Amino acid sequence: MAHAHEYVSNTKRIWKVFILLSVVTIVEVAFGIYKPAILHDTLFLQMNLLNWLFIALTIYKAYYIVWAFMHLEGEKSNLRWSIVAPLVFLIIYLVFILLVEGNYVFDVFKSSQIKWNF
Amino acid sequence: MGATVTTANSEGKIWGGGNEPMGINYGKMMMWFFIVSDALTFSGFLAAYGFSRYKFIETWPLADEVFSHFPFMHGVDAPMYYVALMTFILIFSSVTMVLAVDAGHQMKKQKVAIYMFLTIIGGGIFLGSQAWEWKNFIKGEYGAVETKGGSILQFVDATTGKRVKLSDVAIPLHEEREQLSRNKGFWFSSESTLPAYSVNEVVEGFKSKPNLLVRTEATYHPNMAKNVGVHPELNNSTHKHKTILTREESLKRLSEVHYVVEGANLIRNEYGQKLFANFFFFITGFHGFHVFTGVLINILIFFNVVLGTYEKRRSYEMVEKVGLYWHFVDLVWVFVFTFFYLV
Repeated sequence: MAHAHEYVSNTKRIWKVFILLSVVTIVEVAFGIYKPAILHDTLFLQMNLLNWLFIALTIYKAYYIVWAFMHLEGEKSNLRWSIVAPLVFLIIYLVFILLVEGNYVFDVFKSSQIKWNF
Repeated sequence: MGATVTTANSEGKIWGGGNEPMGINYGKMMMWFFIVSDALTFSGFLAAYGFSRYKFIETWPLADEVFSHFPFMHGVDAPMYYVALMTFILIFSSVTMVLAVDAGHQMKKQKVAIYMFLTIIGGGIFLGSQAWEWKNFIKGEYGAVETKGGSILQFVDATTGKRVKLSDVAIPLHEEREQLSRNKGFWFSSESTLPAYSVNEVVEGFKSKPNLLVRTEATYHPNMAKNVGVHPELNNSTHKHKTILTREESLKRLSEVHYVVEGANLIRNEYGQKLFANFFFFITGFHGFHVFTGVLINILIFFNVVLGTYEKRRSYEMVEKVGLYWHFVDLVWVFVFTFFYLV
């Protein structure tokens, strides 16, 4: 049962993914230290482009960890979807609701008659 | 009894055992169940962090100023390098973990043991690094004072705009201030360890040194330039920083100070917004706890490998299951790294 098919060692791919993850981390840190003004000062949906870049790179890293290291790429697609779909939709929903609400509370505090930050 | 006997062939195939839904066995499936629920727990924490950060977006501390230490480099401003190193360590221990799984598939006991051992070492180094990070965070570096309204005021040099430590601000006044403890007052009243300097010592010190200014927790924005009390030269929009006040405004703000803050705890911290430290402790702490349990489970599996348990079983699947957990811990760190240190 366990050896119905011959297992192919994929150490090469593992090292490749490691190098990729390291490079992405180095790029993130470099951007975090130098903070290019063009990215840092341009807003998109109330958040600067640099932060968008960080989030995109993080998701890119997460994809490789889950797909290559946790070996989801080799699983059946119904398992893949039952893991990824609930997470993706629930997290997007939760983050959307909470960040919009947080922003609203910020506005309420800022325009209120009561001084809270002194 | 007779009713349970089935005759159809297809039913026998489905319910006869040996079937694996989604092509994955029970143990791995349950590990994925756990990981999905744990991932939602962490998302809940990070989303709550995001909520509070958006709520106090103008007064949230800047990560570059808080996490700027590197081992054996005192006084050197090195933001991010240390956490980047920690990230590497964790990713690398993830790599050794997949290598162990890979060796397990080939039934190479020796190799699995070595890679498991390296993974445990990596986890240990990460935990140690996190402890060091916490130590710096709790101890603090510059110190600050808290106003009656609860906001934090920090001190800067008027010529350079650089931070100044409390010890360079305060002057000794030789006043007696006894720590309240249970045997001195009521049995239910006590207080935590007193700060090294009293409010008076800091305020008097500030008044006697004209080269000092106060910095608030509000992040500077160009449209604040016209506001009363905002320092005309030291604030600029070339980089994100906290607003520096003029000397008069500084003195005015200092008259409302009621507490000296050194380092961080769950009630107040010298970096600024109070919730910042709470979220830092809670989320990195919860992640650190996951790493800690991960290391423990890895040690257990390592001994099983060495004792030949899986060799006898002819399957190293247990290594794969703890591997899933270990990679998940790495995955969470990737997000914590982004939202606490980069963004």
